[in-house]
Amino acid sequence: MSMIEAIRDAHDVMMARDENVVVFGEDAGYFGGVFRCTEGLQQKYGKHRAFDAPISESGIVGAAIGMATYGLRPCVEIQFADYVYPAYDQIVSEAARIRHRSNGEFTCPMVVRMPVGGGIFGGQTHSQSVEAIFTHVVGLKVVMPSNPRDAKGLLIASIEDPDPVIFLEPKRIYNGPFDGHHERPVVPWSKHEDGQVKTGYYKTELGKAAIAREGREVTILTYGTMVHVALAAAEETGVDAEIIDLRTLLPLDQEAIEASVNKTGRCIVVHEATRTSGFGAELCALVQRHCFYALEAPIIRVTGYDTPYPHVNEWDYFPSPERVGEAMKQILEA
Amino acid sequence: MTKEKSKKPVASGHEKSSPQKLSLHVPEPKTRPGDKPDFSYVRISPVGETPRPALDVSAIEIRDLAFGMVRVLDDQGEAQGPWAVELEEDVLRKGLRAMMRTRAFDKRMQRAQRQGKTSFYMQATGEEAISVAQQMVLRKGDMSFPTYRQQGLLFAQDFPILEMMNQIYSNEKDALRGRQLPVLYSFKKAGHFTISGNLATQYIQAVGWAMGSAIKGDDKIACGWIGDGSTAENDFHSALVFAGVYRAPVILNITNNQWAISSFQGIAGGEATVFAARGVGYGVPALRVDGNDFLAVYAVSEWAAERARRNLGPTLIEWITYRAAAHSTSDDPSKYRPKDDWEHWPLGDPIERLKQHMIKRGMWSDEQHVQAEAEYDEEMRVAAEEAESYGTLQALEHRPSPAEMFENVFEEMPPHLRRQRQEMGV
Repeated sequence: MSMIEAIRDAHDVMMARDENVVVFGEDAGYFGGVFRCTEGLQQKYGKHRAFDAPISESGIVGAAIGMATYGLRPCVEIQFADYVYPAYDQIVSEAARIRHRSNGEFTCPMVVRMPVGGGIFGGQTHSQSVEAIFTHVVGLKVVMPSNPRDAKGLLIASIEDPDPVIFLEPKRIYNGPFDGHHERPVVPWSKHEDGQVKTGYYKTELGKAAIAREGREVTILTYGTMVHVALAAAEETGVDAEIIDLRTLLPLDQEAIEASVNKTGRCIVVHEATRTSGFGAELCALVQRHCFYALEAPIIRVTGYDTPYPHVNEWDYFPSPERVGEAMKQILEA
Repeated sequence: MTKEKSKKPVASGHEKSSPQKLSLHVPEPKTRPGDKPDFSYVRISPVGETPRPALDVSAIEIRDLAFGMVRVLDDQGEAQGPWAVELEEDVLRKGLRAMMRTRAFDKRMQRAQRQGKTSFYMQATGEEAISVAQQMVLRKGDMSFPTYRQQGLLFAQDFPILEMMNQIYSNEKDALRGRQLPVLYSFKKAGHFTISGNLATQYIQAVGWAMGSAIKGDDKIACGWIGDGSTAENDFHSALVFAGVYRAPVILNITNNQWAISSFQGIAGGEATVFAARGVGYGVPALRVDGNDFLAVYAVSEWAAERARRNLGPTLIEWITYRAAAHSTSDDPSKYRPKDDWEHWPLGDPIERLKQHMIKRGMWSDEQHVQAEAEYDEEMRVAAEEAESYGTLQALEHRPSPAEMFENVFEEMPPHLRRQRQEMGV
């Protein structure tokens, strides 16, 4: 199963199990979304449960909050993460705080899905990585899968979660595990172990990281597309890296991070998003505080540069296996 | 104070509804793939019947015009009614040429995308009259805030196509240095604002720009552009509030081409009312116009521009047209609408309609038209060849240097960006 099919399947499973689950977004109804993640749901569950929304992100999220507080479990799609900003007020000031400010009288069990990240020549309006603007908000859970199996399990867990979840889908790996080698064709998920997705209902617990590769020399903390880039870097450099796929950024699996860094004594943080005030800064602070005496070298961050996402210079911007590999060599020499 | 008994109306039992199961209404287009095209939902007024009001009208006085449709060209290509301004031959020739060149350019660039020379392209097929005719009533110094489908604004002023192609190819001569997605141009010298690519955000900016002109006692006006779908965004509503409150010298255009990617205009609110009607509620005079009628577009744009220039405030115009092509090169409309929809569109093709009118007036002929088409196709082929010699997405060695991505983030590059540029090793 591709990640698109896995996400579609998670919707299908949950809509069949729970008639409170409703799905809507721009082009998400009849057409099934520009990436086809909701294809067929309207035909199967009816227009009142899967429908097209007006082009109004604040409207989509605001309406979802209303439905969630009524008692439904809306799972809505923002067409690209780059378009989520009009909804930011609804997410930050409303969804994230409704439980707290009403002391649990009202709650907001809602999922806001959106494709993130670059690698598709989408320029600055179809490539951004927005995780840090959500992890900085109290009251939101933030999830980013790196493969179809996790995508399905995490989405089901997100829909069942009693609180608002921001579900970020790295669009570059929708169809296959892209490792940063843009000059090579991508192997489809159907040929990959993590593309073997179980049918029916299963959950992948939120807040639990996965070890994408066990290793002894250096810990790589990463998520989304960059998991595959880091795997390629480890293979190409021969560095025995332990690659932690965080999967959920909030709540964060601090235990898994500490266990790995305490074992390897070295840590590299890799994300596609811009560097300054990125989620990597949070990871560096945690590692510094909790693994200080195990660290044998300063932590390195490999990230996007602090510029708007470029169009034609995409491959100079996108953290490549070469850049991650360089960081690995550098940290081992330190 | 003496206590008086309040006289509350007593509710009659008949007015109260008995409990009933509610259901959700979700608008649905009349036709889907495989269906026979049906445009009976489009309210079309007879040609020439819509009055031409005085320039200083209020929104309320002309509220009927928001629900009507200004039309000038009839089925025979004759100009009719109070909006039929006698346009000189060279204006019509210029308009036809600009529309035809827009279409020829689109055809060439669509092909270039299919050949892998660029990542993305968006055609304006079927909508050419709107941006072309509006640009023709503007003056140097006015500013348009276009969406990604107003390339006609540039063709109407004979903007150098090579500069447009260089942007589309993100090549070494691209004025935007390969930063922006193809077609998200920025040409200040042509009164063409930098297109952001996000929807509706720039509608309110057009109003603000016009307010700036009014604050400074200038004589420039602004034009905002939006699609039917994006009128659902908050920024559309902010724009109308600000424009109405401050009587900003701005033309607020809504291009209703019936489709927002796969969503028909009913999803944006076009089922229960028309988009021009939004203006009435905000106190902005509003008109609904046949957008495929070059003469109507020209006349109404001129009227709205004149209102703005005389400090009479904003005008909202809903142009009725049809998106004949796909939303973009990433879209396949056969998945959600009848394949032959466009051939049945009741307002026809803007180029064919102007051509018919000009032939009727003895200014043009079928032979000249065919010849012009070939000439423009050849012009685009030659220009594309030159642009491609400066690089395409397939010849990345010609792209602007990666070092340039660090420039113009700020006027002065802060130290952390300098360090990152060094890190990149360029």
